Amino acid sequence: MLDVKNLHAGIDGKEILHGLNLHIGTGEVHAIMGPNGSGKSTLANVLAGRPRYEVTAGSVTYEGKDLLAMTPEDRARAGVFLAMQYPVEIPGVNNTYFLKAALNAVRKHRGEEELDAMEFLELARQKMKLVDLDESFMNRGVNEGFSGGEKKRNEIFQMAVLDPKLAILDETDSGLDIDALRVVAGGVNNLRSEKHSVLVITHYQRLLKYLVPDYVHVLADGRIVKSGRKELAEELEQKGYEWIEQEVASAR
Amino acid sequence: MSSTIEQLANQEYKYGFTSDIEADVAPPGLNEDIVRLISAKKNEPEWLLEWRLKALRHWFAMKEPSWANVHYKTIDYQAIRYYSAPKKKKKLDSLDQVDPELRKTFEKLGISLEEQKRLSGVAVDAVFDSVSVATTFQAELAKLGIIFCSFSDAVQKHPDLVRKYLGSVVPYTDNFFATLNSAVFSDGSFCYIPKGVRCPMELSTYFRINTAGTGQFERTLIVADEGAYVSYLEGCTAPMRDENQLHAAVVELVALDNAQIKYSTVQNWYPGDKEGKGGIFNFVTKRGKAFTNSKISWTQVETGSAITWKYPSCILQGDNSVGEFYSVAVTANYQQADTGTKMIHIGKNTRSTIVSKGISAGHGQNSYRGQVKIMKTAENARNYSQCDSLLLGDQCGAHTFPYIEVRNSSAVMEHEASTSKIGEDQLFYCQQRGITAEDAVSMIVSGFCREVFRELPMEFAVEAQKLLGVSLEGAVG
Repeated sequence: MLDVKNLHAGIDGKEILHGLNLHIGTGEVHAIMGPNGSGKSTLANVLAGRPRYEVTAGSVTYEGKDLLAMTPEDRARAGVFLAMQYPVEIPGVNNTYFLKAALNAVRKHRGEEELDAMEFLELARQKMKLVDLDESFMNRGVNEGFSGGEKKRNEIFQMAVLDPKLAILDETDSGLDIDALRVVAGGVNNLRSEKHSVLVITHYQRLLKYLVPDYVHVLADGRIVKSGRKELAEELEQKGYEWIEQEVASAR
Repeated sequence: MSSTIEQLANQEYKYGFTSDIEADVAPPGLNEDIVRLISAKKNEPEWLLEWRLKALRHWFAMKEPSWANVHYKTIDYQAIRYYSAPKKKKKLDSLDQVDPELRKTFEKLGISLEEQKRLSGVAVDAVFDSVSVATTFQAELAKLGIIFCSFSDAVQKHPDLVRKYLGSVVPYTDNFFATLNSAVFSDGSFCYIPKGVRCPMELSTYFRINTAGTGQFERTLIVADEGAYVSYLEGCTAPMRDENQLHAAVVELVALDNAQIKYSTVQNWYPGDKEGKGGIFNFVTKRGKAFTNSKISWTQVETGSAITWKYPSCILQGDNSVGEFYSVAVTANYQQADTGTKMIHIGKNTRSTIVSKGISAGHGQNSYRGQVKIMKTAENARNYSQCDSLLLGDQCGAHTFPYIEVRNSSAVMEHEASTSKIGEDQLFYCQQRGITAEDAVSMIVSGFCREVFRELPMEFAVEAQKLLGVSLEGAVG
């Protein structure tokens, strides 16, 4: 599904990722953990194609295609979804309108029929239950006046509607209380299947209690320094990131 | 990202074409003879010629105003032609008699008269250059006693009404451009809704500037008699031209007791090319007078013209009268707009609402200039003003000049203002969901303008949204 090789990337001329390698197979859930400043969000943004992030070396192959050569919207249409750490507000743009436009852009790309308003609403209602959002929410502006938790749930809701092949969650758990955390994890678990891959980026292990990954990677100083199964997350939680940093330092 | 915005902002004008219809043009220059010629061509009564001449004499003593926040090369008023009319000018009974060339032009613009007639139930008074060519739905309107015709026709057929109301809201001495218009106005629309009649359809006029070097000076007069209601639409596109074209229109609205006038405009005149060359100079005077319990509401979407100078205003003369102004003004490339409104509260319990949305892109400069005046007599007057600016890119500018004058302490005034920028973050968010940058910009801008769009009649709102998309496709960054 996704193959990242020797990725060097950064922002404003400053390199943050120093040769990152990552392979995500179809149907797998990977978690990337790491201390602040290790390059977690840079990875998420580079994969989604956010402007201002520059790739200086390396390659990213997605379903056999050069992902880095694609525009952000083409990546999205090809099934790459980024649940953002800080979802922006788009005042006055109705949630329903926005998401319907997005879904139909994706469906058109897949060669599927566009949904009309009624069909879309039916789908939206169904998916909304997953994330425990009230229907009145569909008539509000995109993220306009949403609480932090609502914004994150909206990201998961959008993900559920768009049904991406590769979902990337950039610290979706940050700032959430335990109930919201469960909702978010539930949304992702619902997406899980042999056709969907997920990359969960997080600082804390707590989300991984509800959303159990197949693989865990530790990112430090722009590289993946340790990979393992879900147990690695627990080990990290007990020993803290210093443990990894010391290990990395001694290995040099 | 910023390159996408630039591309979008620098889109070429899509409606740039000219059609070859022979025009009957006056020699360049302005003097009493020209005014007499115009008046004679139109077979006008003596009083109207006198009125024009008074305006001309007054105009010669006036100075072009310089207070607006717009910059342009001095206009040589003696180099402009003040009259042009399509030559094949006979009375037309049906659309089939319209010059085929003209019909083609309308079709290119997507406003086939027949379509309009058949599909939308909109009566269209098409102003092609200066002379009205076709007027539809007359018969149906006539049944209700509604008069909707070209200004010239009104002068011939309803001289008393014209004489009574012409200049009653915008006197010929009003301002430099209105005075010029009073002297040389060519044609326009006239509309009268009799007492207690609710006009059953939206009345619509499409304007189009054509002959090169011809200034166009429309004159529109709408009178809603006691208890009447009318919704009037004005929409325009113009062909691409190299030299600047002067446009100085006057619109007068009269809402008598308990009447209501809703006036909506979508304006898309040629804004000039990417370097700011060419484009229409649009100096318009629009004003309405509201009598007791009446309401006047202006809604405008301004996307065109190199220079826009326009302040649709309301004189709230009668007690309990209401004035509204909803505006979207877009400036892209090198466009400049100085636009806003005046709300003059004279009667008791008068209320006014101002919602202005300015969008600047490219090198565009957008100024809001608004005046709210509460006179001594205006007991319990209320005004709400909201003034928002949206910037696309970092080369453009937004300016706000609110003037508030309150002479009665019972007045309640509210003013809100904001300036925001379409952020890279917003664009990226949309793109990450599969929406192109172009569509994203148009979506974000529409969201920004929603309070104004919802005031427009349905079909017009759709058109306005499309237009905004087109002008900002190059202009939103």
